[in-house]
Amino acid sequence: MKRRLSTLSVGERGRIVAVTNRGPIHRRLMDIGFTEGTRVECMGRSPLGDPTAYAVKGTVIALRREDAAGIYVETGGRIEWV
Amino acid sequence: MGLSRSSVGKGAAATAKALREKDTDRIVALAGNPNVGKSTLFNALTGLKQHTGNWTGKTVSCASGRCKTGERDYLFVDLPGCYSLSARSAEEMVARDCLYFDDIDRAVIVCDASCLERNLHLALQVMEVKEETALCVNLMDEASRHGIAVDGQALEARLGIPVTTMTARKGKEALALTDALEGRIDGSFTLRYSDAIEAYIADVSSVIIGNGLSRRQARLVALRLLDSDDAFTERLMSHYGISQEIKSELTCIATDFLARHFPPAEERSSRELAGDALSARLSAAAKHMATSVTRKTKGKGDGRGLDRLLIGRLTAFPFMLLLLFLVLWLTVKGANVPSAWLSSLFAWLEGIVSRGLTAIGSPAWFTSLLCEGVLRVVGWVVSVMLPPMAIFFPLFTLLEDVGYLPRVAFNLDRCFKHCAACGKQALTMCMGMGCNAAGVVGCRIIDSPRERLIAILTNSFMPCNGRFPMLIAIISLFFAASGGASALLLAGIILLAVVMTLGVSRLLSQTVLKGVPSSFTLELPPYRTPQVGQILVRSLLDRTLFVLVRAVAVAAPTGLVIWLLANLSAGGQPLLSLLSGFLDPLGELMGLDGVILLGFLLGLPANEIVIPVILMCYTAGGGLTDYHSLTELKNILVANGWTAVTAVNMLLFTVFHWPCSTTILTIKKETGSLKQTLAAILIPTVIGISLCVLVNIVSLLW
Repeated sequence: MKRRLSTLSVGERGRIVAVTNRGPIHRRLMDIGFTEGTRVECMGRSPLGDPTAYAVKGTVIALRREDAAGIYVETGGRIEWV
Repeated sequence: MGLSRSSVGKGAAATAKALREKDTDRIVALAGNPNVGKSTLFNALTGLKQHTGNWTGKTVSCASGRCKTGERDYLFVDLPGCYSLSARSAEEMVARDCLYFDDIDRAVIVCDASCLERNLHLALQVMEVKEETALCVNLMDEASRHGIAVDGQALEARLGIPVTTMTARKGKEALALTDALEGRIDGSFTLRYSDAIEAYIADVSSVIIGNGLSRRQARLVALRLLDSDDAFTERLMSHYGISQEIKSELTCIATDFLARHFPPAEERSSRELAGDALSARLSAAAKHMATSVTRKTKGKGDGRGLDRLLIGRLTAFPFMLLLLFLVLWLTVKGANVPSAWLSSLFAWLEGIVSRGLTAIGSPAWFTSLLCEGVLRVVGWVVSVMLPPMAIFFPLFTLLEDVGYLPRVAFNLDRCFKHCAACGKQALTMCMGMGCNAAGVVGCRIIDSPRERLIAILTNSFMPCNGRFPMLIAIISLFFAASGGASALLLAGIILLAVVMTLGVSRLLSQTVLKGVPSSFTLELPPYRTPQVGQILVRSLLDRTLFVLVRAVAVAAPTGLVIWLLANLSAGGQPLLSLLSGFLDPLGELMGLDGVILLGFLLGLPANEIVIPVILMCYTAGGGLTDYHSLTELKNILVANGWTAVTAVNMLLFTVFHWPCSTTILTIKKETGSLKQTLAAILIPTVIGISLCVLVNIVSLLW
C-alpha cells in the first residue's frame, strides 16, 4: 500500500517509492539517505507531536510532518530490516 | 558551545596555502558526514585540542593543525561536516570551497562504519573532485557492537584509493592514517553515469581537454555545468583558467543538453532534475559498494531504550528540566567552597603585596592603584568566575559528548516551528550558554538565511558563562540561601530567557523577517560513551582557561581605569561620580542606579567584570574597603541603596542587555551587515530597559 511517510505510526516500516518534495529539500533528503528503494522505520515522535524520527540507512533523522509528507512509502508485505 | 583558541584563534580558517612552511609539507583536508568523528581524529593526529561534541555540525569553521612524522609534516584541515558537496548551508559551502579551490595535497574522507552507504555517497563526490583521496572508515568499535563489519581491503580494491579502518578514539590507531596518506592511488575508478550523460561529458571534454585540463577536471566542469548555479560554475571555470570564449561555448553545450534530456517539469528546473539524476547514480553506486564490503550479524541494542526516556512523550520534558536543574545545582553548590578559598587567597595576596610595596617605600597612590585597583578586580574575576565555569563547562561538555543536545532540539522543534524558526536554534542557544560568540558562529548549522539571522539576533538572550556567576552571586545574596533554591531560581531565569527567545523569534518572523518555516532535517546521532578524562582536560585547559585569561586580561586594565576615574577629579568631583551621576536618571528609572549602568557599560569587553566594577565604584569614596565575604558584599550593596527590586532588575538586565564586544564583532563578521549587528545590540537592550522600567513602576505602585 502506498502511503505518505508522515502517516507511519511509531514502529512501522516502509520502503520509499517516491520523493516528491519541492525545492532544495528534495536534494537534501536524497543526500541524507531518503532515496527510492530505501527502507525506513518510524522511530518515535517528539513529545510535542512533531517532528518525527526515522531510521534510514543506519542513522536516525528527524523530519517535520510536511517534509515527511512529500515522501511516499510502500508498507505491508514483509519489509526485511537489516 | 566551545569558545576556544582553535575556534576563534589565529589558526581558524586559514587558507591552505598560508599553512605550508616547507616544500615537503603535505596539506590534508579531512572531509566527511557530520558526526563521524572527524574532530576526534583531527585531535588524535595533531594533538590540537579542538573541541568535539556528539552532534551534527560541531566544526563550524576549519581548524588546522600539524602532525609530525619521521619523514614529513602533515597539515590537517578539519572541514565542517557535510552530507554532500551540493552546498545547502554556510558550513557545507566552506567544505566544498576548500575541496574545489584550495591548494590541498590530499583529501581524506572520514566515514562512519555503521552507515557506510550514506558516507560513500559523499566519498564518491569527493573522489570526483580530488584524485589524491584516501578513505578512513572510523568508529569500527561502535559498528562491531551493532554487528557490522567492514572489509577495508575489499573497499580499497574497489575504489582504487588507500582505505584504512580504525577507531580514532584510540589515539594510536589514528596515527595509522599517515601511512594511508602515502598509499598508492591507481586512479582507475571513475563513477560512470548514463550513456547520454557520458556522451555529453565527452562533448565537453573534447572542447577543453586541449587547454591543459586533465580528463578529471574536464569531467568535473561538465558535471557541475549540469547541476550547479551560474556563480559556482563561473568560479570553477575561471579557477581552471578557461577563457571567456570557451566558457560560453561550454555553457551552450550544457544548456542544450539540459533542454533535451531534462526539460523542466512539475515546478522543477532542469538543473534540479539533472542534479537528482546525478545524485541518484551516486546513491546507487554507494549502496552497491557498501553492501558488497559490509557484513551484518545480530548486534546489540542501539540506545533505543534510552531514547524512550529522553524523547518519550511523557518523560522528555520532565527529564530535560531535571537535567537543567541538576547541572545548575551542581554548578552553584560546587562553586561555593572553592570560591571562598580563592577569595581568601587573593585577600592574603593583596595584604602581602600591599605590605611589601609599603616596605620598599612605594608611594601610597601606587600601592592603592595596584592592590585596590588591579588586584582586587582580578581577584574577584578569578574567585567568582573560575569555580562555576570549571564545573559548568565539563558538565555541559558531557551532555554534548553523550549526544543529548540534538534530542533537545528534537523535543523543542515544534515551538520553534510555531515561531517560524528552525529547531536547530535550540542547539545554538545551548552553545550560547557557554559563550554567545560561539553560539553566533554555531548558527551556521541553520540552512535558511532568514532563520539563521533570527537565531543570531536572539542568541545573546541566553545567559553565557560570563554572566552565570553574576546571576548566581545576586541570587544567593538576595533571594536564596540554599544551593537548591538558587539553582531553581537560576533555572527559572533560563526558562524566561528561552521564552523571550521564542517570543522575539516569533515577533521577528511576523514583522521584519517575514517567512514560513523552511524544511528541517536533524540527525539524532547514536549515544556514545563520553570520554570523561578527555572532557575534563579539554574543558578545563582549553575552554575555562581561555575564557578566564580573556576575562582577566580585560579586568586588569579596567581595574586600573576605574581606580583612575575614582581618584582623579574634575571641578572638585571625582570623574567616577560625574559619570555615574550622568547615568543616574536612566538608572533610577530602571530601578537601578548610574553606577550599575556604568558597570555594564565598562563590562562591554567581558561581562565578568560588571560586579567588581560596581563594587569598586561604591567603595572608591572610602568607607568600606574590603569585600572578601558575601555578607560584607551584601552590606556594601545595601548601604548603596540596593533593595530586592534592584536585585530583580539587576538579574533582568544581566540577561537582557547588549552582547559583549566579542559577540558583537562575531555578529558583524557572520552577518556582514552593520544594520543587523545594530539590531542584535538594540533588541536585547530595549527589552532589558523596558523590563526593568516595568518592574520598577510596578514595584512603586505596589
